[in-house]
Amino acid sequence: MGKTITEKIFEAHVRDRPFTGVAVLSLDVVLCHEITTPIAIADLVWRGKDRVFDASRIKAVIDHVTPSKDSKSATQARIMRDWAHRHGIRDFFDVGRNGVCHALFPEQGFIRPGYTVIMGDSHTCTHGAFGAFAAGVGTTDLEVGILKGVCAFRLPRTIRVEIEGTMPRGVYAKDVILEILRRLTVNGATDRVLEFRGPAVNAMSMEERMTLSNMAVEAGATSGMCMPDMTTVDYLWDHVKADYGEKPRAIDAFRQWHSDTDAAYDSVLQVDVSSLEPVATVGYKPDQVKKAAELHEVRIDQVYIGSCTNGRISDLREAARVVKGHPLAHGVRGILCPATPRVYRQAMQEGLLDVFMDAGYCVTNPTCGACLGMSNGVLAEGEVCAATTNRNFNGRMGRGGMVHLMSPATAAASGIEGKIADPREYLR
Amino acid sequence: MKQFGGRVLFLDRSDINTDEVIPAKYLTEVEKDALKPHLLEDLKLKGFDPSGADVAEARVIVTRENFGCGSSREHAPWALEVNDITVVVAQGFARIFRQNMFNCGMLAIALPRGDIDTIFGLHGRAPVGCGVDLDGRTLTFTPAGAAPVSLPFELGGFDEALVRAGGWVEYADARY
Repeated sequence: MGKTITEKIFEAHVRDRPFTGVAVLSLDVVLCHEITTPIAIADLVWRGKDRVFDASRIKAVIDHVTPSKDSKSATQARIMRDWAHRHGIRDFFDVGRNGVCHALFPEQGFIRPGYTVIMGDSHTCTHGAFGAFAAGVGTTDLEVGILKGVCAFRLPRTIRVEIEGTMPRGVYAKDVILEILRRLTVNGATDRVLEFRGPAVNAMSMEERMTLSNMAVEAGATSGMCMPDMTTVDYLWDHVKADYGEKPRAIDAFRQWHSDTDAAYDSVLQVDVSSLEPVATVGYKPDQVKKAAELHEVRIDQVYIGSCTNGRISDLREAARVVKGHPLAHGVRGILCPATPRVYRQAMQEGLLDVFMDAGYCVTNPTCGACLGMSNGVLAEGEVCAATTNRNFNGRMGRGGMVHLMSPATAAASGIEGKIADPREYLR
Repeated sequence: MKQFGGRVLFLDRSDINTDEVIPAKYLTEVEKDALKPHLLEDLKLKGFDPSGADVAEARVIVTRENFGCGSSREHAPWALEVNDITVVVAQGFARIFRQNMFNCGMLAIALPRGDIDTIFGLHGRAPVGCGVDLDGRTLTFTPAGAAPVSLPFELGGFDEALVRAGGWVEYADARY
């Protein structure tokens, strides 16, 4: 019997099997942000164990509320800053260099195929796009990860998601993952890993794969993984060429992390993207999905383009294609939040920021703020947002607000019309 | 080890997420006690009083499927803990929330649908108490003035070890 990529990574990292079905894994990278890390730091200090297992394997960022909005968020930022300084954590990203963690850390080349990665953030599953086992954890797991470099997991089973067909115009990775969520439901993958496979995934860029993997947790999945291939090597090349010299050697090395053809799967879900249309969520759960064209009566107050799901350069380019030459509808606010400083600069150099600003968008600094209703675009009671984020929970972007999740192109089209809109007529 | 058992708070809905358990606007707190007044304050659920009155007496939550989905925030178990709620009984849990509960030395007990229906069947005007027998792996629900109902539960060896150690930091620190 062959093995899945997850089983292979577990075997390569297992440090202890304290009980049947539980593996304590050694960690390659521990990622930290200022919302879930400060209490771990405070607890370590309180225990007299203010240490880190390996400063070079800890990567930290201030991204959720930045620049700080008040004394409390400033205190969280200061705790991170002081901690990074006193432990010599060199990969610490403060104001000016900081961006949304799940866009910034891959961009920095910190995530490699075969790695084990944890972070006190549920969307850590994003990094599975690189063929890493990456999982969101709570603060206690993070604390132990920081101190000991280990984390315990139940061995997850794997759902193979076989994605076939060619992406039609106006359909993006976001539409594909929303379709997968619709079919799996919000707990259809609990204690499972989603393995995204098939020709449509092979044809996707790393940014598109990250969009897929990012929302695996919305089906309850532990991680959402893609097989590392030449696309992965190309994305990482600047960071790995010293290790491999030439790309074929990198490919050979990464191939050890492919699932075997005779690996055992919990189940297989087949998705043909050829027949998909642009979609958006309705209601308060990400598995409640409808065609955008059927939601044209839904009026919106705000468009939000950004987040760890859809704030990367390709997302901004697709949204800009739609926005170009079309102002926001009267009364609609547009917020564009490039996910990292590099994305911001690139968008500026390509003239995309002009496109958005000409249309009436506010361009904010990179931050997670609005997505979870903490800063930079919180909704008022009764307001509706067309958002490229990943959660539409009741109150997520602000108490009493309604969030409709969609692709950047669909969000951009919705901003033009003031109602949820099908982007295809703007993409001719 | 923590104390387990007491009055039950019934939350009759599936997919209650951690944003509902504790809204993100409180995530800038760096003291767990600051979360206390805000537990479940944004939860909209028929028969539930989000002002805090329903939470005040509760020691155990009984709910449906996929409790604790969404954000990884351990502020959710902490908000329960500082309100002396150390047990959640549900038909199912989101992975991170469940692990966070055990990592804090608290109990996230999953029961089959039929058992959850049985417990909700006890929910009426009178308060329901819940006793937890960890060694005997039994939950006993007692509605005031009525006969108790006992239900067996399963607990993995690792989960039990965490509960008995008082949490994952204690366990891992002694071992790794």
